[in-house]
Amino acid sequence: MGEASKISRYLYTVIVLFLIWLLLTASLDPQELGFGLILSLIVAAFTYEIFSTGGLANLHPKRIAYAIAYVPYFLWAMIMANLDVAYRVLHPRRPIRPGIVHCKTVLKSDVGKLALANSITLTPGTITLDVDDENYFIHWIWVPDEAMTEEEGEHVKAASANITQPFEKFLKVIFG
Amino acid sequence: MNALTALGEVLVLIGTFFYFLSALGLIRMPDVYNRMQTSTKSATLGSLGVIIGVGIWALGTDFGSAAWLTKTVVIAVFLLLTNPISAHALIRAAYKSGIPLWEGSVMDKYREHIEAKAKALEAAESETPEEGGEE
Repeated sequence: MGEASKISRYLYTVIVLFLIWLLLTASLDPQELGFGLILSLIVAAFTYEIFSTGGLANLHPKRIAYAIAYVPYFLWAMIMANLDVAYRVLHPRRPIRPGIVHCKTVLKSDVGKLALANSITLTPGTITLDVDDENYFIHWIWVPDEAMTEEEGEHVKAASANITQPFEKFLKVIFG
Repeated sequence: MNALTALGEVLVLIGTFFYFLSALGLIRMPDVYNRMQTSTKSATLGSLGVIIGVGIWALGTDFGSAAWLTKTVVIAVFLLLTNPISAHALIRAAYKSGIPLWEGSVMDKYREHIEAKAKALEAAESETPEEGGEE
């Protein structure tokens, strides 16, 4: 994704800041709205350069729709994984088989990689240890049998199918 | 109104239960990496449950308003954005400072990757001076 024009990036920053202001004040009083708008305009002027490179293209309806659909999907995955880890903690024999596995991603943009790494880390049982280009190194609390193979290619395939691919189909659209 | 209060109470209870699991995991897990798995993660769902739970709980009371819920949602979003970054920094620092994996760990692809990279770099370095010498 190339860099968008300055005006587009500035407007995008204003919109995001104003949305946060709306949620924090939770009021439709014209005075509050006006002041929030002024503050958003001022703060965005200082921060838009580091805030976004995509600009208004980030607000494409398809991206927003996928982002909204991603929230319940991700929350569900997180709750399921939480229960899984809870089971491992509470089980008397502590059934863990940890290891650092190697995954590959299809995402291209830096923001997308960041979002994927954060999603993986937020899902219990997996922590992103390092990202090197398209290679993810992930500490996994229970390495399943299909990822135990000695062969590198098959290992990467099995690990990626389990960890990165469920998130990628959403993040690919949201962040490119 | 009472249903909202009850829902909030249930969410806060679930959250505190996951806090308890994190603390238990800290004691039960064998090495720093697995402790990170249980503590930072359960703490996320625990915090989410408590924060959102408070927001919904407040809606059911006389003094509550929608502002409670929107504020707690914003707090939860920022927590979700920042929590994994600190977890990632912690576990990477632990690995780089040489803390060994638990003996029951089955694989360490990261070490293989680093070693392969270092070897490639060495090979590249040892090639350059030879070429320079020939010229």
